[in-house]
Amino acid sequence: MSTTKTAPAQADSSPVRPRWQTLLIRPETMTFMLLVVGVFGGSVLSPFFLDLSYILRSFTLYSELAIVALVLTMVIIAGEIDLSPAANMALSACIFAWAQASGVPIPLAIVIGLLSGLAMGALNAFLVIGLQLPSIIVTIGTLTLFRGLAQVLAGDKSIRVPEWFIGVDKIMLAGIPLPVVLFIVLAIGLGIVLGGTIFGRNIYQIGTNEVAARHAGIRSARIKSSLFLLVGLVASVAGIMTASRLGSVRYDIAAGGELQMVLMAMLGGTYIFGGRGTILGTFLAAWLLVIVSTGMIVANVLPAVQLVVLGGLLIVAIIATNLIYSRTQR
Amino acid sequence: MTDTAVAPLISARGIGKTFATVDVLRDVDLDLLPGEIHALLGENGAGKSTFAKILAGVHRPTRGSIALNGKPVEVTSPVVAQKLGITLIHQEPISFPDLSVAENLVIGAAEDGWFSRVPWAEMTREANRLMDLLGVRIDVTRPMRGLSIADQQMVEIARALASNSRLIIMDEPTAPLTPREVETLFAIARKLRDEGRTIVFISHRLEEVRALCDRVTIFRDGNKIATDTIGNLSDADIIRLMIGRPVKEYMHKTGATIGEVALEVEGLTLPGVFSDISFSVRKGEIVGLGGLVGAGRTDVAKAIFGVTPAASGTVSINGKRVSITDPSQAIALGLAFVPEDRAVAGIFRTLSVEQNISVAVPKQLAPGGFIRRAVERAMGEDAVRKLSIRLASLRQPIGELSGGNQQKAILARWLLTDPGVLILDEPTRGIDIGVKAEFYSIIGELAAQGRAILLISSELPELLALCDRVLVMSEGRLTADIPRSRATQEAVMRAAVPRRSTTEGAAA
Amino acid sequence: MTTLRKIFLRREAGIAVMIVLFCLAVGAVKPQFLTLDQLRIILLLTPLVMIGAMGQMLVIVARHVDLSIGSMLGVSAMVSGMLYRYDATWFGVDMPWWGGIPISIVVGALLGLGNGLLITLFRLPAIIVTLGTLSLYRGLTFIISNAKQIDRQWIPSELKGLAQTSPIMGIPWIIFIAFGVALATYFFAMHTRVGRQIFALGSNPVAAPLRGIKVNQVTLLVFAISGALSGLAGILYASRWGFVNPSNTGSGFEFQVIAAVVIGGASINGGVGTVLGTVLGVLLLGCVSAALPLLGIPGTSQAAIYGAVILIALVIDRSVRQQGIASLKRARA
Repeated sequence: MSTTKTAPAQADSSPVRPRWQTLLIRPETMTFMLLVVGVFGGSVLSPFFLDLSYILRSFTLYSELAIVALVLTMVIIAGEIDLSPAANMALSACIFAWAQASGVPIPLAIVIGLLSGLAMGALNAFLVIGLQLPSIIVTIGTLTLFRGLAQVLAGDKSIRVPEWFIGVDKIMLAGIPLPVVLFIVLAIGLGIVLGGTIFGRNIYQIGTNEVAARHAGIRSARIKSSLFLLVGLVASVAGIMTASRLGSVRYDIAAGGELQMVLMAMLGGTYIFGGRGTILGTFLAAWLLVIVSTGMIVANVLPAVQLVVLGGLLIVAIIATNLIYSRTQR
Repeated sequence: MTDTAVAPLISARGIGKTFATVDVLRDVDLDLLPGEIHALLGENGAGKSTFAKILAGVHRPTRGSIALNGKPVEVTSPVVAQKLGITLIHQEPISFPDLSVAENLVIGAAEDGWFSRVPWAEMTREANRLMDLLGVRIDVTRPMRGLSIADQQMVEIARALASNSRLIIMDEPTAPLTPREVETLFAIARKLRDEGRTIVFISHRLEEVRALCDRVTIFRDGNKIATDTIGNLSDADIIRLMIGRPVKEYMHKTGATIGEVALEVEGLTLPGVFSDISFSVRKGEIVGLGGLVGAGRTDVAKAIFGVTPAASGTVSINGKRVSITDPSQAIALGLAFVPEDRAVAGIFRTLSVEQNISVAVPKQLAPGGFIRRAVERAMGEDAVRKLSIRLASLRQPIGELSGGNQQKAILARWLLTDPGVLILDEPTRGIDIGVKAEFYSIIGELAAQGRAILLISSELPELLALCDRVLVMSEGRLTADIPRSRATQEAVMRAAVPRRSTTEGAAA
Repeated sequence: MTTLRKIFLRREAGIAVMIVLFCLAVGAVKPQFLTLDQLRIILLLTPLVMIGAMGQMLVIVARHVDLSIGSMLGVSAMVSGMLYRYDATWFGVDMPWWGGIPISIVVGALLGLGNGLLITLFRLPAIIVTLGTLSLYRGLTFIISNAKQIDRQWIPSELKGLAQTSPIMGIPWIIFIAFGVALATYFFAMHTRVGRQIFALGSNPVAAPLRGIKVNQVTLLVFAISGALSGLAGILYASRWGFVNPSNTGSGFEFQVIAAVVIGGASINGGVGTVLGTVLGVLLLGCVSAALPLLGIPGTSQAAIYGAVILIALVIDRSVRQQGIASLKRARA
């Protein structure tokens, strides 16, 4: 055995793995198979699961988080993390709602909401890239700050939005709720950016080896900053959509959403240490999460158990992803 | 001190070490005697540091055995080495910067339980005793952070004494020290020797070796060449033994026509790293930059390329003064830089070979904004053909390739940018002899195409065979500019080895 | 050249000065802020955070972070609460009133050990693991309690008394307990071998194994301690507030604690942190919390203040480090 092992060591590279094998041991494949199992299991549990419109309606509840998770995936691939977007959603929704409640016309209020989201992203970018502070702790801080400011703004009350603004999730495009359409469109768009453009490619390169990326002329600070800004902006879009879906805004909307966003990315095979992951993975993982959550609701599982399942799933997902990557790569 | 009279403290027999597939140490036999200061000499990569690290448990030997006081021992880790009484002192000591000096001496060493009390008073007393013994004044209650390198080294020596080490290995300890600090260190080393301890001293500086050491062992290309009493060897002998290898005509330099100045550097300074560096490289010219590791050569290259810009001085490309603060600007100006440490600054280990090749030419790769796979594949295939890169597939992770082929891929990356100026930093390090020869002819061809090449190398034969001129750096300064006709290994070495007396004279 | 030492001394002195200035400023507007009664109010706000902060400080010194402390607090408080509620029917003997204290500590320690095992066994980043267990342990609290609150009548009055009765000067027992924990942490961190190894590990994780420090075991211990102290904070929560609620108890605790620890001078780059600094950090936050209602600022702004405090502390920490590096460079030149 040792002879056969050492002989190729003198050759210039190890033999390449068959194509099917590389495809099969991708984490996205795991996510996809779990999704199939989930749908199948769910349909045994309840006929609802074969009803596409039911699943789509369930998805709208998670669509805002899923939209942000798509961008978050890119941040994690670039080797950073952002725990603040859920709090950003709450704060920008509160700013939007507060603005329109104080008489600002709705379109302007939306712009203000979006700008505030962008500003929150800029704060993260300044602290992480400008001041070179670790994004883990920085975004724990900004998460607390944003959520806290939302609470200052809204207090313990909820701010209502006008009747006509309510119900973005009831708008159907070809039978699909608008937030879901937005999620799909954004997934396709970001998927193309990440997989097909230089910008996307640079994200992987920075996450794989930032020093080498700088030596190859990639402006990593610029790219990472733009990702934090994009998360901020998309989070505010998600926040305002949440306001429209719920019809009112409280400081605690999307509470705990950071867990679900990170979970979607991890479950989709994004590597926590950067450099690997795909939009497709997160896209599939979002559906998987909806199936699992809806399944638990249909099966009358206590919300508490759902918390346990989500937390457990996150840990299992990173263990599995780490294992897959360490197997396929030396 | 005669070899036969005293029983050796350490007997190493047949020590060999192989990294990946490269033999870095072959069949070394060496006895270290109690009460001697023993120098290990050799060029960079000759194997002396590897040998020292094997003694200290940092590396495990691939072959061979070590005996301590006649008993065979397995030095499996630095912790084990410490227990056996062997301490390695790194050039820049590894310590716990937030802990006090006294704690750094003993942390991890105590055998008693987790929850046993830390005897602060006793610890401080003992630390002060050791400092007195060494005759240095360091407040042992202050944190390690903020100590000068010299003081950190003293703390390391004190740590060796605290664990009552019989063998203390100093790996190029004097490089970062001032002349006075070197004197202090030497006095202490002599004192320790007189106590019967063994000191292994690794250095490039012949004067220091002569002033301090009793015996020397010379390494070359992973082999032990000679061990002798220092008095028996002249400087010329030592240099001859160190380089000794016959200068093979690795390559014939194809007669490139040397043209205009392509790269000109004037007064480049980065305080504490290098100062007042001025030179120029013409089109079609290969200029070597020699010197010892740590002389500041890589820092100059990084400054030119904008990775770590210099504090002052100017860089001109094709006669135009430019300001480069980021590698992307350097690339736009037609510069290319193959960095010294491939794994850290060169490759994207887990990404495909073709991605690694195409990374520096985004505009060619994605003219309309979207990456064209066909273009990328063509770039990759072209590179594979031209540089004969051996691989299974362009889509396999570059980490799966051998070092030489990784390096070729990096070179291919830069050739795509069609650079006017190429800076190659140790381009053949860790590469098989056969592939090295290929690199040499490629470098010659690149020059023949009219590109200016700055070649940083620690391998003298490489510099001499390839370069039209050899610049030499020593301790952050340019010390020589030797034309090809007068370039010899001795001449380069003489300029590279820092001479205490001359630097002191210059400073005075 | 004891610049750095001076800086760290200044750091703690700096927090103390901030506390004094803040109190004087508030006192100038609202004189009743500077009374003994008010001091008691401030002190009563601090014990839980102080206990949690001691554990978190050790975690941060070891270059990790523990986000799950609030949920561990919840589970361990709930376990004890359940035992109090059911003791008559479940056990032949009555559980003594203090029985919840060791039980909560052990439950917390086990949960913390779970975090540590996941982190060391699978080499996972602590932040993601504890984000997961934050949710997981919170869910556990709901499950074991069947989503029902443990009401006042079930909490033994002696236990509640810890927060009301005082051995001396009208200062209740739990404040002494909190300061006792701080003192114990001080001895642990400064005077035991493993305590020092935590600092060494955080100061230079690469060098630690080379010097014979058992990195995995030390890491496990750190997370177990963080859990155990969260457990103690859990039972004291029951004592202080007289109930245990599956959703409120301990939620958001992590942010208060992290804010207190980083303002107290513990460096997120590991290896640096003092008990005194952390205690002062806790007191500073306590003063701010106590001043808000007096100044007519709604309590809802607390979270925002914690967030701002974390960020400001991070920026201060960075500038301290840069000064350190600068002084190092000067020393070399």
